[in-house]
Amino acid sequence: MTVLCLVEHEASEAIDASLRALSFARALGEQSGDLLVAALVGEISAPTLEVLGAFGVSEAYGIESEELDSYAPLGWARAIVGLASSLPAAVVVAAGTDRGNEVMAHTGALTGLAMVANCLSASRSGETTVRLSRQRWGGILIEDAVVESSPALLTVAFDAVVPEPARMPASTEVRVHRPLLSEQDLSVKVSEWTQQSTGISLAEARVVVGGGRGVGSAEGFGPIDELAGLLGAAVGVSRAVTSAGWRSHNQQVGQTGTRISPELYIACGISGASQHLAGCQSAKHVVAINTDPDAPIISRADHAVIGDLSVIVPALVKAIRERGSTLADP
Amino acid sequence: MNVLVCIKRVPDVGAKITLTPDAQDLDTHLLGFTVSPHEECAIEEAVRIVELRGGTVSVLTLGPPDAAEQLRDAAAIGAGRLLLLETDGREWGPMATAGAIVEAVRSYESTSGPYELILFGNEAADTGDYQVAVRVAHALNRPCVTGVKHLQISEATLRARREFRGGDEYFELALPAVVSVKEGINLPRYPSLPGRMRAKKAVIEQTTPEWQKDPVHKQALRDPIVERQRAEILGEGVEAVPALLGLLEQLGVFS
Repeated sequence: MTVLCLVEHEASEAIDASLRALSFARALGEQSGDLLVAALVGEISAPTLEVLGAFGVSEAYGIESEELDSYAPLGWARAIVGLASSLPAAVVVAAGTDRGNEVMAHTGALTGLAMVANCLSASRSGETTVRLSRQRWGGILIEDAVVESSPALLTVAFDAVVPEPARMPASTEVRVHRPLLSEQDLSVKVSEWTQQSTGISLAEARVVVGGGRGVGSAEGFGPIDELAGLLGAAVGVSRAVTSAGWRSHNQQVGQTGTRISPELYIACGISGASQHLAGCQSAKHVVAINTDPDAPIISRADHAVIGDLSVIVPALVKAIRERGSTLADP
Repeated sequence: MNVLVCIKRVPDVGAKITLTPDAQDLDTHLLGFTVSPHEECAIEEAVRIVELRGGTVSVLTLGPPDAAEQLRDAAAIGAGRLLLLETDGREWGPMATAGAIVEAVRSYESTSGPYELILFGNEAADTGDYQVAVRVAHALNRPCVTGVKHLQISEATLRARREFRGGDEYFELALPAVVSVKEGINLPRYPSLPGRMRAKKAVIEQTTPEWQKDPVHKQALRDPIVERQRAEILGEGVEAVPALLGLLEQLGVFS
């Protein structure tokens, strides 16, 4: 049997979330001796093929159809259903991205099979049984579960799974899958796409400076923005801030906002509600600045400064500027 | 136009989550209940659409009798029709939930006419299954798009915008359609006092669907962080700034 993994690619490269999904799928297949097969919509570029090999993919199917030049969730799902049944696949995996979850939900609906979202690890035990762990409450809790399904349809909590190339790279055979699509499969598709110039993307920022209720007002964000500017960081906010209208929702870090995974997260005036922690649990290092030494964020942080952010952040900004001028003027 | 919003009652978890002794569920003794922020926005969106175009907002939930509270909250901001698919407290999986919703929609539509739009939150706060909207759309044979952050409705179509890798992508769907929305599509209003008074007296239509077994069997819940360590305190107030600067240097932020 095989484990089939849907890989999203862009500008000739597999996206990071899909590499994490491949690592998950490979670990799942290794335990039961299943081959790892990748499916990509469109032609597979040479650099992508190399990466697929490094991640242990034995066969890579390019799903080729002019009609899928624009993303069509149901069209993608129809192609996955066809490929999964012809292989046949014991498990079908996709990254838990918006598209991954959407395509797998359609795949579940088309086939009447169960779909389990945001899995952390899984292994097959028997022909139609998969044991798995998955995120609940945006990752604040983990559920251990057993799914009876053939194939099992899983998406991967990509911010909590590490992308690991295979110990032994595989030589990947390239194949083509031409799906049979009906008009209805293509009735919902992307009609237009626009690129925004938002500066540093919150989801991908290496450093994030966060502001919460403790910032006090929209104007209070001045020093937070300044600190972020000095550190080349993105600004993230808690739900309290967007609900108050101080900042727009696209800066919200949390279960229902953006999930971040920076090297450093500086959380200023954020108490640390579960909703927020779900969005920053993948941050490598957390520094909290908070007046309350008993705030939940202090239990999540690696380092903390106790005190008023409206005094501490400007002082830190000043210290960083002075440090800069000392360095520039030896 | 008639809009249906499907919501789910969930515990309003604050900072600390406590599990029941059998690790099957959250200990909700000290918790209030709410719906996901995505669903609050779905209700608000429906109310705005109906304010603009006329029609009614219906809100449906599958849950225990206490879920009437979440229906009344929706009525307080403008939902006119409240539908409770009452359960006996057992957990429902996403496939069975979608099945019960489909059955209810068919039944209500046969007497009250079609819902041009059915809205969901992108995912429930607790289970995060990401699929009930899609399964309902398939069963009703209606087009569907998920994760929507802006909706524009015209006579027979809708235009939906959602975020995609730092940009936006757009979909055009024929009505009737099913859409799941994300927080940020709007800023939900607070209920007015007359709204709250109206909600108290609102009629709740109730049915009792039959529980179905799900292919996914929960074994146990667990807290991923076994021992929560407290942060190392660098100091208090501005006196901690040199230590904080030192830490940032040590972490390589300036390199």
